Parts: sequence; structure tokens; C-alpha cells
Amino acid sequence: MITAGTLWQLFATFLMIGMFSYGGGYVMIPLIQREIVLNHGWLTPEKFMDVIGVAEITPGPVSINSATFVGYSVGGVPGAVAATAGVVLPSLLVISILSYFASRFTGSPEMAGLFYNVRPVVVALIAGATLVVAQTALIDWRSASIAALVFLTLQIKQISPILVLLLAGLMGIVLF
Amino acid sequence: MSLDGEPLERECDRLCLQAIFLSFFKVGAFTFGGGYAMLPVIENELVERRRWMNRKEFVDCLAIAQSGPGAIAVNTAIFTGYRMLGLTGALAATLGVVLPSFLIILGLAVTLNTVGTPPIVEQFFQGIRPAVVALIASAAHKLGRVVLLDRQCHIVAGLSLALTLLGVHPALIIVTAAVGGVLQARYYGWQVRRR
Repeated sequence: MITAGTLWQLFATFLMIGMFSYGGGYVMIPLIQREIVLNHGWLTPEKFMDVIGVAEITPGPVSINSATFVGYSVGGVPGAVAATAGVVLPSLLVISILSYFASRFTGSPEMAGLFYNVRPVVVALIAGATLVVAQTALIDWRSASIAALVFLTLQIKQISPILVLLLAGLMGIVLF
Repeated sequence: MSLDGEPLERECDRLCLQAIFLSFFKVGAFTFGGGYAMLPVIENELVERRRWMNRKEFVDCLAIAQSGPGAIAVNTAIFTGYRMLGLTGALAATLGVVLPSFLIILGLAVTLNTVGTPPIVEQFFQGIRPAVVALIASAAHKLGRVVLLDRQCHIVAGLSLALTLLGVHPALIIVTAAVGGVLQARYYGWQVRRR
């Protein structure tokens, strides 16, 4: 049975991991490995790989899933709660603060200028990430044709992404 | 009101916490993968269905989500929830987006020790991965149309794309652009075109 002390350690460790995960969720994974496998020895490297594998296929962001599953592996349900709460708290604080300031300065020309300049950046970042992911995801003619089919269909008609994913999954079963 | 002072195309209704929670529960339940994988789902839910924000606001939301630590998906939830109902809204949205995976992982963990991953599941995901790429590309295309309004926007976008492909940290690019935008507005007394 897990001790309160370990639960606190879990929470504090993931609090720190959450604070330093700048640049998107995937950054979190090496951080988790360093703390959980190397530092605290709560999981073996093999078990850690299994955890990440599960985190990738379950719905939800990979980083959060990893935290949840690691927490569960170390300390059952309380561990999962401690890890998830810890990893999410820094985001909650920082984003709330940023949102507060954004709302406060609504309408000011500086804010308008800021977002006007930043919007193209965001779109470009998405495009960049897509290009990078496409290199590993579109590895053969089957993946490429699914991607092309989905893209072209979406140009013509707005379909719920959930439906698209379901159909694509079924196509995957058929093609692969 | 949107972040740069422009009126929204549609005003938000008076929302209860429940609606926020449910919408983000849906997002959390149908997002596969990390990074921008949740982008099309969130855009569909918040912009098209619920009409809580327009596309420009959504892009602003992403900008802030990128500027904080942690998963972009969670940060978008926090930002949206906060904007609508303060800290309580942020908490409801976060809980919503995190709960589905939480429950599924706990359910899976029980069975994981006994059973491996059947091949049909792997095939299912091999179909999903390219679809996710296409969904994100399509969403980026839609957002680009709303955002790339003039030559400066195109130049900024092109530059950012080059920088990110060269490995420059996204938050750094955003902050630089943000500072540039503020300085430009302040020292050139320049008005944002109303669109």
C-alpha cells in the first residue's frame, strides 16, 4: 500500500515536471523518464516504455496520459490522482494569469498589435509541426492515400473530426 | 469580446459550468496523440458547434496555450474555461479534458497485465495517424485564411515556419513576434484593420 509520503513525492515530482514542460507535451516524456526511472527508481525502463505506449493510444494528450499512468503504476488510484493534479497545476496557474492579463488589456492598441503579429506565427507553427509529423506518419502509399482522401473531403464538406477518425480507423483495418 | 477588441461574430450565451465541462470532456475523449492532434476536435467543438469563439479568437487562444508549460490541449481548455467563467471555468474545463483518459487508463491498467494489444487495434491506429495529419493540415488551412490578411502576415508566417523547422523553440518565436507587435502598435501608432 502506498504511503502518504510517496504520494506527496509523486505530486511534487510531477509539479516540477509540469513546470518545466515548455514547448508542448512531448517534452514532458524525457523529463518523466529522468525523474521517475533514474531519480526515484519507481519504474524500470521497460515498464516506462510500456506506459508511454499505452499513453500514446489512449485518448487525451500523451503527456497527461503518461503522468496518469505512471502515477497509477507507482501508487494506484491515489498515485494517478496525485501525478495528474501535480502535472496540471502549473499550467492552470500560468495560463490563468496570462488569460487574466489578456482580458485586462483587451482593446488596447498594444494588445491588438500583439495578436495581429502573433496569429500568423501560430498558423506557421502548426504548419511546421504538420510537416514534421507527416514525414513519419505518411510512410507508404496507404497512409498517404488516407491522408489525401481526408484532406480533400474536408475541403468540400465540414465533417466532425470524430467521425473522420472513426472512418479512418476502419479504413486502416481494411488496408493494413 | 475578442482579445483585440473586435466584437465577436456571435456573442457567447450565458454558460453553465456543465456545458464547459461536457465540451471538454468530449475533446478529451476524442483526441488521439499529442501536440496539435486535438486542434481539429477543439476547433470543431468550440468554433463550429458551440460558437464560443470565432477563428481569430481560437488562434489567439492557441498563442497563449503555446506560451505556457504543459500540454497544449490542456492549456486551451484552461484558457477557454477561464475566459468564460473565471477560475471555476478553468477548473471545469481542465477536469473535463483530463477525465476521459484518466478513466480509460485506470480501466485499461487492470487488463493490461494479462492481455497484449490485439493486431486489429494497431491497424485501427495506423489508419488514424495519417488522418490526424490531414485533419491538422485542413484546420491550419482554415485558420490561415482568416489570419493571413496582408503581406506582413505572410512574411511573419514564412519566417516563423523557417525558424521552427530550423529548431527554434516555438515559445521564443511567439514572444518575439508579440514584442514586435506591441512595439509596432506603440511607436507607429498603427491601427489594426477591422475585418
